[in-house]
Amino acid sequence: MTFPWLTALAVLPLLGAVLIGLVKVWSGRLVGLITALVTLALGAGVAWLQAADGAAALAERVTWLAPLGAAYSLSLDGMGLAMVLLTVVLVPLILIAEWRTGTGSAGAAEAAEADGPGSGRGSARAFSALVLLVESCSLFVFLAEDAILFYVFFEASLIPMYFLIAGFGSDPVKRSAAAVKFLLFGLAGGLVMLFALVGTGALAAQGGSLTMSLTELADLDLGGSTLSQVVFIGFFVAFALKAPMVPGHTWLPQAAAQSTGGGAALMVGVLDKLGTFGMVRFCLVLFPQEARWATPVIIGLAVLSILYGAFAALGQKDLMRLVAFTSISHFGFMVLGLFTLTTASLTGSIFYMVNHGLSTGALFLLIGYMVRQRGSAEVSAFGGVAKVAPVLAGFTLLAGLGGLALPGTSSFVSEFMVMAGVWARFNVVAVLAALGTVLAALYILWTYQRLMTGPVTDQTAQHFTADLSARERLAVIPLLFAILALGFFPRPALDLIEPTSQTIMTEAGVTDLAPIVKGVN
Amino acid sequence: MTAAVLPLLEFTPPTIDYVRLLPFLIVIAAACLGVVVEAFVRRTWRHEVQVGLALVALVASGAAIVSGWGSDSLAVVDPIGPDQPVGSVMVDGPTQVFWLMLVLFALLAVCLMAERRVYAGRNAFAPMAAAIPGSQAEAEADQASLEHAEVFPLALFSLSGMMLFVAANDLLLLFVALEVLSLPLYVLAALARHRRLASQEAALKYFLLGAAASAIFLFGCALLFAYAGSFDFDLIALRYDQGAAADRLLWAGLGLVLVGLLFKIGAVPFHSWAPDTYQGAPTPVTAFMAVCTKIAAVAALLRLLFVALGAARWTWQPIIAGVAVVTMLVGPVLGIVQSNIKRLLAYSSIAHAGFLLTGLAGALTVQSGLAADQLGTVASAGFYLMAYGLATIGCFAAVTLVQSQGREVTELSAWAGLGRRHPWFGLVMLVCLLSLAGIPLTAGFTGKLAVFSVAWRGGYWWLVLVAVLAAVVAVYVYVRVLVLLFSRPASDQVEVKLPGPATAVVLTVTVIGSLAFGLVPGPLADLLAQSSTFLRSVHN
Repeated sequence: MTFPWLTALAVLPLLGAVLIGLVKVWSGRLVGLITALVTLALGAGVAWLQAADGAAALAERVTWLAPLGAAYSLSLDGMGLAMVLLTVVLVPLILIAEWRTGTGSAGAAEAAEADGPGSGRGSARAFSALVLLVESCSLFVFLAEDAILFYVFFEASLIPMYFLIAGFGSDPVKRSAAAVKFLLFGLAGGLVMLFALVGTGALAAQGGSLTMSLTELADLDLGGSTLSQVVFIGFFVAFALKAPMVPGHTWLPQAAAQSTGGGAALMVGVLDKLGTFGMVRFCLVLFPQEARWATPVIIGLAVLSILYGAFAALGQKDLMRLVAFTSISHFGFMVLGLFTLTTASLTGSIFYMVNHGLSTGALFLLIGYMVRQRGSAEVSAFGGVAKVAPVLAGFTLLAGLGGLALPGTSSFVSEFMVMAGVWARFNVVAVLAALGTVLAALYILWTYQRLMTGPVTDQTAQHFTADLSARERLAVIPLLFAILALGFFPRPALDLIEPTSQTIMTEAGVTDLAPIVKGVN
Repeated sequence: MTAAVLPLLEFTPPTIDYVRLLPFLIVIAAACLGVVVEAFVRRTWRHEVQVGLALVALVASGAAIVSGWGSDSLAVVDPIGPDQPVGSVMVDGPTQVFWLMLVLFALLAVCLMAERRVYAGRNAFAPMAAAIPGSQAEAEADQASLEHAEVFPLALFSLSGMMLFVAANDLLLLFVALEVLSLPLYVLAALARHRRLASQEAALKYFLLGAAASAIFLFGCALLFAYAGSFDFDLIALRYDQGAAADRLLWAGLGLVLVGLLFKIGAVPFHSWAPDTYQGAPTPVTAFMAVCTKIAAVAALLRLLFVALGAARWTWQPIIAGVAVVTMLVGPVLGIVQSNIKRLLAYSSIAHAGFLLTGLAGALTVQSGLAADQLGTVASAGFYLMAYGLATIGCFAAVTLVQSQGREVTELSAWAGLGRRHPWFGLVMLVCLLSLAGIPLTAGFTGKLAVFSVAWRGGYWWLVLVAVLAAVVAVYVYVRVLVLLFSRPASDQVEVKLPGPATAVVLTVTVIGSLAFGLVPGPLADLLAQSSTFLRSVHN
C-alpha cells in the first residue's frame, strides 16, 4: 500500500491541535501556524500528485463500519481539490491575521476585564487549536468518498466552531447566544441529514447492495419513488441550513457578528461551503431525478436568497452582519448555478465557492482588523478611514470589488458562467438574479463610501493611528493576489472543476442546450 | 394417599448445563458469600472484603463468558417438553453479548459504589439504614463512621437476576428473574447517606409502581399460558404457527407482559417512576439502575418478541412504534425544563428508551430478510445500549464529584462554569453528553445510526423522521448543560472533588470507550452482528 497522502493531509491539523493541547511549553500560536503552513505545503503536494498520478492513485479505502456498509474511504476529485486548496490557503492566513487574538496584549486584557471574571474568553492557544480542528474536519469532508464518513466530519466540525464563536467574540452574553444558535441550527440540520442518510442506506440495501460509498451509490438507481423524494428533501434541507438559504439563514448574521474576523472568515469561507459541496455530492449526484423534480422550488429559493440577502445587506448597520448578508446572497447564486444543471453554470458555481471563500475571507479579515481598532462594528462609527489608512482602504476596496464580481476579479468569471447557464435555461430567473448583481455593486460601494471616504472623523483619527502592519498585510495579500490571478487566468481552476461538473451532467442525464445562433437553422 | 394425585407430584429434574451457566452461577454465589461476609467479617474490614469479592466475582464471571464465547447451548432443558428438548434458559449469542455488557457496567457501577475518597472517607450509603432519618440513632451511627457494605451483595443479587432475565426462555422464569433483579434495587434505592427521606420516597415509589408492573406482567403470563398451554417461548411460537384461534388471549397477554417489560425500560407511559427514583437514589445506584436494568429489560424484550412472537411481528411492531413515538417526544421535551442534573439524566434515559425502541419496531432479523453480516435489530440495540451505558455511567460518575460541604450538588444552576474551571471535568462531561446527544465521532452517533437504519429498513421510515425531530429536542437538552458548563460565569458555591482511583477508572473507561466506539465502531459492530441470532429449541 502506498503512503496515505489524503489521510496525512486531513489528520495533520488534528495532530497540530492535539500538540497545542498537550505541550504547554511551546507557543500555541506558533505551533498552530507551522502546522497550518505544513498542511498548506502538503495540500500543494497532493495537488501535484493528483496531476501527476491521477486521482485513483491517491484514493484510500479501509474497512470501518462494514455491518452498515460504511468504509473509511477518501478520494480526491477536481471539486474536492479546489475546496481543499481554498481551505489550506485560508487557514494559515486566518491564524496570521488573528495572531493577537486571545493573547495578553493590552486590548485583550481590557476586553477580558469588561467581560467580568470567568466569562470564558479563550486563550490564543485555544484559538489556534480550534481553527486547526475545524480545518481537519473540513478537509475530511472534502476528501470523503463515503457518505457516513462525510456526515461524521460534517457534524463534528460544529463543535470546534461553536467554541470559536462562544470563546472569542466581543460581547460575552451575545456571543454565547449566537454560538448556541449556530450549534442548534447545525445539529438540527445534521439530524435531518442523518434521516436522509439512513434513508439512502435503506434505498441502497433495497437496491441489492448495502453500501455507503458515494461512487457506488451514484451507480445504483436510488431514485424514482416517493421515498427517494423524501430523502432528497432531507438532504436539501440539511444543506440549505448549512449554506444558509433564506429562510434558514437567521443564524449566520448573528454568528458572524459575534465572531472575530478570522472566525467569521473560517465559518463563511470554509464551513458553510460544506453545504453547497454537499448539495453537489448528495442532491445532484445521488438523486438527479429528484433534483430535476424539485428544481422550480429550489430555483425560487435561490432567487429569494439572492434578493433578500442583497436587500438585507443594504439595511445593515453592523459591518459583520452586512458581509454575512452579502454571503447569503452569494450562496443564492451558487445554489442557482448548481440546480440549473448546465456545464457552464455548474462549473461557475463550484468556482464561485472558491472565489467567495477568497473575497469574503479577505473582507472578514480586514473588517475584523477594523473592528479591533475601532472597538465597534457599526458602519456609522467609521468615516474617512482612507485618508488615515490608505492601504487598509485599498485592500478593502479590492476585496469588496471581488465580492461584487467586477471584471478582472475571479468572482466575475464564476458569476458570469452562472448567469450564462441560467439564461440558457430560465431567462426570467436570470433577469431577477442580475438584479442581485446590481444590488451587490450598491451595497459594496455605498458601504465603502461611508467607511472610507469623506472627512476624517474624530473617532477615526483617534483609533486609526497606523495603517495595516506588515503582518496584517501578509494575511490579506495572498487572498487579493489570488482574486486577481484567478480573475485574469481562470483556466487552470476551471480545468480542475470541469470534469466534476461533466460527471454531474452525465449522472443527471442532462445535456447542455445547443447555443442558439442567429442565421443557423 | 391416593394414587391418582401422585403423577402430578412426580418431579423430573431438568437437565442443567452448569458449565454454560457458570458466569451466572459465579455472580449468584458471590452474592450469597457476600451475605456471609457481612455477618461474620469484622466491621473494619467489611468494606474492603466486599469490594474485593464483588470485583473478583465480576471479573471471573466476565472471563467465564469470554471463555464460552460462540458456543450456543440449551443451558437448562425443560423436562416436560414434547419429544424434542425445550430450553428454558438459553446461553446463545445475544445472551453472551448482553451478559458481558451487564458484567462490564456492573463492574463500573461497583467501582462507583466502592468510592470513599470523594465522600470524605465514607461510602455513599446510609450509615444505619434502619434508623429514622434525623433521629439520634442516625447521628450516632454517622459519628461512629458506620458503613453499609450490604450494597455489594445486593447489587450482585440484582445482577444475577438481570443475567437470568436476559437468558430466560420461559415466562415463569422471566418473572422470577424480574423479581430477583427488582427487589434488591428497591432496597438499594433507599440507602442514600444524605437526603434520606427523598431516597426512601424514591424507593417506595419505585417499589409500589414496580410491584404493580410485576403483577400486570404476571397476569399477562397467565393469559399467554392460557393461550399456548405452555410458558416456554418456543412452544408459544409453535402454538402460533399452528394457527391457534384464541387470538384475543394472545394479544391481551402480550400487551400485559409488554407493560411489565416497558416499565423496566422506562418507556412512556410507564416512565413516571424514573425521575423521582433517579433523583432520590444514591448516585452510584442510579447509575447501576439506569444502565444495567435497561440492558436487561431490552434484551429480555428482544427475546420475548423475536423468539416467542417473531411470527406475529406484524401485530406488535405498530405497538412498539407507538410507544417509541410518545417516549421519544415526552423524554426530551420534559428534559428541557429540568433544573436538576439527575432528573435531567432520568428524562434523557427515557428519551433513549424511545430511540432504542425504533430499532425494535423495525424488527429486522435474519427471519425478516437481513443478510447475516449486517446489523439487525438485536445488534443495533446492543450497540445503542453500549453507547448509552458508557455515556450515562460517565455522567453519573461526574455527578458524584460535584459537591458542597460533603454533599452532592445536583442543582444545575450550581454547575455553571465548572467545565472551564476544571478542564478535565469539562472534557468528561463534553464527551459523555455529546455521546448521549449522538454527535459523530462518539459511540452515541453510531448507535443512533444503527437503530435508525434498522427502523427504516424494517419499513418504519416515518418513525425515523419522528426520531430525528425528537433528537433535535434531545440535543437541545444536552447543549443547554454544555453551555452552562462552558459559557456561564463560574460560581464558587461548589467544588469538584478529585476522583479517587475507583471513580477515576470509571471516568477513564467511559470517556475512552465513548470515543473509541465512535472512531472505530467496526469491531464491536462486527462482533454484535455475528452474535445476534437467538437460539431456538423448536425449529419449524
